[in-house]
Amino acid sequence: MLEIKNIYKSFGDLEVLKGVNLTVNKGDVIAILGPSGSGKTTLLRCINFLERADSGTMVFDNDTYDMHSATSKQIAAIRKRTGFVFQNYNLFANKTALGNVTEGLIVARKMKKAQAEEIGKKALDKVGLSDRYDYYPSQLSGGQQQRVAIARAVAANPEVILFDEPTSALDPELIGEVLSVMRDLASEGMTMLVVTHEINFARNVSNQVIFMENGVIVEQNDSKTFFENPREERVKTFIQNISRE
Amino acid sequence: MSARIIEILINSFWDLLLAGIKVTIPLTVISFSIGLVIALFTALVQTAKIPVLKSLARFYVWIIRGTPMMVQLFVVYFGLPSIGILLPAFTSAVLVFSLSVGAYCSETVRAALESVPYGQIEAGYCVGMNYWQIMFRIIIPQALRTAFPPLSNSLIGLVKDTSLAYNVAIVEIMATAQRIASRTYDYFWLYIEAAFIYLIFCTVLQWLQRHFEAKLETKR
Ligand SMILES: Nc1ncnc2c1ncn2[C@@H]1O[C@H](COP(=O)(O)OP(=O)(O)OP(=O)(O)O)[C@@H](O)[C@H]1O
Ligand SMILES: [Mg+2]
Repeated sequence: MLEIKNIYKSFGDLEVLKGVNLTVNKGDVIAILGPSGSGKTTLLRCINFLERADSGTMVFDNDTYDMHSATSKQIAAIRKRTGFVFQNYNLFANKTALGNVTEGLIVARKMKKAQAEEIGKKALDKVGLSDRYDYYPSQLSGGQQQRVAIARAVAANPEVILFDEPTSALDPELIGEVLSVMRDLASEGMTMLVVTHEINFARNVSNQVIFMENGVIVEQNDSKTFFENPREERVKTFIQNISRE
Repeated sequence: MSARIIEILINSFWDLLLAGIKVTIPLTVISFSIGLVIALFTALVQTAKIPVLKSLARFYVWIIRGTPMMVQLFVVYFGLPSIGILLPAFTSAVLVFSLSVGAYCSETVRAALESVPYGQIEAGYCVGMNYWQIMFRIIIPQALRTAFPPLSNSLIGLVKDTSLAYNVAIVEIMATAQRIASRTYDYFWLYIEAAFIYLIFCTVLQWLQRHFEAKLETKR
């Protein structure tokens, strides 16, 4: 469904992505693991054009895009088909939970308000916030804010949702509620690309795991093989380290 | 204070108030509105980092902040005609006042725009909005809350600065007081009365400011 070929990206002299290739099939839940600074966030941001890659190709179904020189029209088309969930939620502070979810539908997709609200309420119900439609972000806990952010991504009916460490900013007791929403999404067949440090999510929810280091994908494997019988030495030591924790 | 002075003050009160309502208020409202648009544009140009426009914006702010408004007013009203540009007094005053508001408020607006976390702009892009939609629906409404108190200050400052228009023959509050006083020779009392009219206007504005600030606060 989505194929990324040979992404390169540097910030000044620092090469952050050095030829990353990635294939995503419909319904895949791909966990992306790797040490800090390995380029995980940059990879997701390039896929959604929040960052402009130096080179690379994206094939989305039958459409091919050059990741360096895509036009703003192409970028808009790609963004329409993807959702993004940020580490620190990035909710619109001047909108209610429902307003956050409907804003893109009404403004970007020119949907009627009533219809957008119907979709928005459904999305919020789905993440367990049916009693929080009219709350402003400042009145919600971190976990609730992140669930609103997920509802905002889901409401646009994307083909794939990109998550960048969705639980890393949360207090430990709030992580569970967000992960459970993500697990529900996965079981409904949503295609997801999830940068995470939650090993249990990678192990139990995702079907594929990617290990990134120094701007390259060291190993991509189905999650069972990745944890039980990895190919690469580097991944073996990584798994030993986390199981010791 | 004799009965004569009291009578003059009462009679002139309506003239002064009327001058305020017919001249000072329109001059303030028009100049401030145009000034805000200039300020917003100047601030956006600076935050959007468009090189040429950015240096132009800086140059403009530098000139306006570095020269007295009185001098600017004289250049526009008395100076421009000598190079063939004739502007009516009211237009000249509006031009100078709005450029001044634009320059001073652009810094306020820029700081307020930048106080909104950048992530919200990115989130806007991710849900498919374009730059202007994000600005007008997400960023500016939030920046307004931050900028509201300092902008109110500028507005109140402008009400008083409009008295400079007296120098280009605009019959606002000061000029009206001056005219009556030159007839009756009660300069002291009439200037006090003019001050009192400004005080009334500014008090109303301060009251409105507090009212709206409370309102903005509850909407958060
Ligand atoms: N806008 C930027 N300008 C300059 N350098 C950047 C920028 N964004 C990221 N980097 C650098 O690129 C490298 C990769 O960053 P990235 O955020 O992709 O890593 P990451 O794998 O997501 O790490 P983490 O687990 O800490 O989130 C880092 O060294 C980072 O400092
Ligand atoms: Mg990261």
